[in-house]
Amino acid sequence: MAVRPIETDVTKTSIKKLPENLTGVISTEDLHVYYGDFEAIKGVSLEFPKNQITALIGPSGSAKSTYLRSLNRMNDEIKGAKVTGKILYKGRDINASDVDVYSVRKQIGMVFQRPNPFSKSIYENIAFALKRHGIKDKNVLDEAVETSLKQAALWDQVKDRLHESAIGMSGGQQQRLCIARAIALKPDVLLLDEPASALDPISTAQVEETLLELKENYSIVIVPHNMQQASRISDYTAFFHLGNVLEYDETRTVFTRPAIQATEDYVSGHYG
Amino acid sequence: MEQIKDTQPTRSTKRNQERFGKTISLIATLLIVLVVLSILFFVLSRGLRTFTQHDVSVLDFFAGTEWRPGETDDAGNALVGALPMIVGSFVVTLLSALLATPVSIGAAVFMTEVSPKAGKKILQPAIELLVGIPSVVYGFIGLTVVVPFVRQLVGGTGFGMLAGTLVLFVMILPTTTSMAVDALNAVPRHYREASFAMGGTRWQTIYRVVLRAAMPGLLTAIVFGMARAFGEALAVQMVIGNAPVLPDSFTTPASTLTSILTMNMGNTVFGTLENDVLWSLASILLVMSLVFNIVTRWIGKKGAIKG
Repeated sequence: MAVRPIETDVTKTSIKKLPENLTGVISTEDLHVYYGDFEAIKGVSLEFPKNQITALIGPSGSAKSTYLRSLNRMNDEIKGAKVTGKILYKGRDINASDVDVYSVRKQIGMVFQRPNPFSKSIYENIAFALKRHGIKDKNVLDEAVETSLKQAALWDQVKDRLHESAIGMSGGQQQRLCIARAIALKPDVLLLDEPASALDPISTAQVEETLLELKENYSIVIVPHNMQQASRISDYTAFFHLGNVLEYDETRTVFTRPAIQATEDYVSGHYG
Repeated sequence: MEQIKDTQPTRSTKRNQERFGKTISLIATLLIVLVVLSILFFVLSRGLRTFTQHDVSVLDFFAGTEWRPGETDDAGNALVGALPMIVGSFVVTLLSALLATPVSIGAAVFMTEVSPKAGKKILQPAIELLVGIPSVVYGFIGLTVVVPFVRQLVGGTGFGMLAGTLVLFVMILPTTTSMAVDALNAVPRHYREASFAMGGTRWQTIYRVVLRAAMPGLLTAIVFGMARAFGEALAVQMVIGNAPVLPDSFTTPASTLTSILTMNMGNTVFGTLENDVLWSLASILLVMSLVFNIVTRWIGKKGAIKG
């Protein structure tokens, strides 16, 4: 395949505000992320709708994951990373230094690219975080494990082997366990960083189905691993390019009638 | 194509080089195996002579508390009870490992989780320096610093298992720490991320996730440290007092297998009971180091980090 030089104009942007009938759950204002001297995110202002799935798309290197990770302050754990600007959640700027990041992450959960269950039992994987947050009552734990596994559409497959190691599960099951683990904490927002990229097509479909069901109770921001996934599951789409957001609108609009040429070129596969 | 076909069956220089390299490495391997086997054979065959040639009963050797080779009791049995040394060796090994474990794991956590920068800049060179100090220097420091310190602290001569434990503790610290660092570094990054993403604090992550996942590696580190402590001779000999009696306190002179060996090996005649019984002590050391090896391998197999 011939490599086309990028001649697309990437200076134009079209960032839509959420319509009246949708409430925002988390938003950023002029968010910058630096790794040392390198500016990875160059001032992104977005508002994510409640109980909807928002996809962050864009060519590799456009810093979608970096942006996603700053939403629950996971970039704090990366050496040399600095995040400036505002992250507004429940009326507070959670990027402020006096905010308890641990309770932020409890409310804004995250699922990673690679399924990363602990090498413990299925039950323990979910109960682990709850115990750390002070829940000791066995009945409460049992119920939380069951509810979150049901929500992650995993309960029927694992209810008879809750005390077996999570490492023995298939990749798709492991990833849904990670989702169950994240939602056991009853977060408001669920961040997913290419959750299906390490999975086969069937597992991918299972995870996507799970996400569509979770939408009722959670607000989801996802970096999908390809554009098809974005168009299949998301309601809103933000198009990232080299640390900027060029277009943000309903997914339908972004994929069929994008407002700017750069988005058009990207979603039609001309570059990226 | 024709050309390739023609050249294939011939013996090229490259093929010869290949063969040459293979042969050299095979010879080297065989040499090592041969050396190990002959050492094993030599030590064990000498060590067993105590029981086969000199008719010392195994029970008397392992459970006897009188160590006066060359002398016999009233019934004519040789006084070669090795229990004092066996006890001494195990006690100082276990105690020094017990002291070194929290310190080295703590240092390793600092170096990998808390402050990798300071760890690499300050602690790493310090540990490498500690490794390079010859054991006679450790012993010398033990003799001039630790022994008087113990003497002042609890009285007596200062020589004994306490001094030996303290010296060994410092000696095995670099081994256990650097291996613990490796174990912690081997814990996949995504374990930590998973914990952080669920609102785990740094301490919860270290204690509940990283240390748990690194447990087999940490155990291996400790066993390696114990192996080193068990086999250390010179430094221990200089501070333990070398009295072949069952110690009744940590601050009275005692002895270890290695200290008795180094003290006496030059003073016995080959082939006599006095000499052969030293080989028996050496056999115990050899077998124990084999045991330590097997244990570390077993831990490694059981607890390899999965996923």
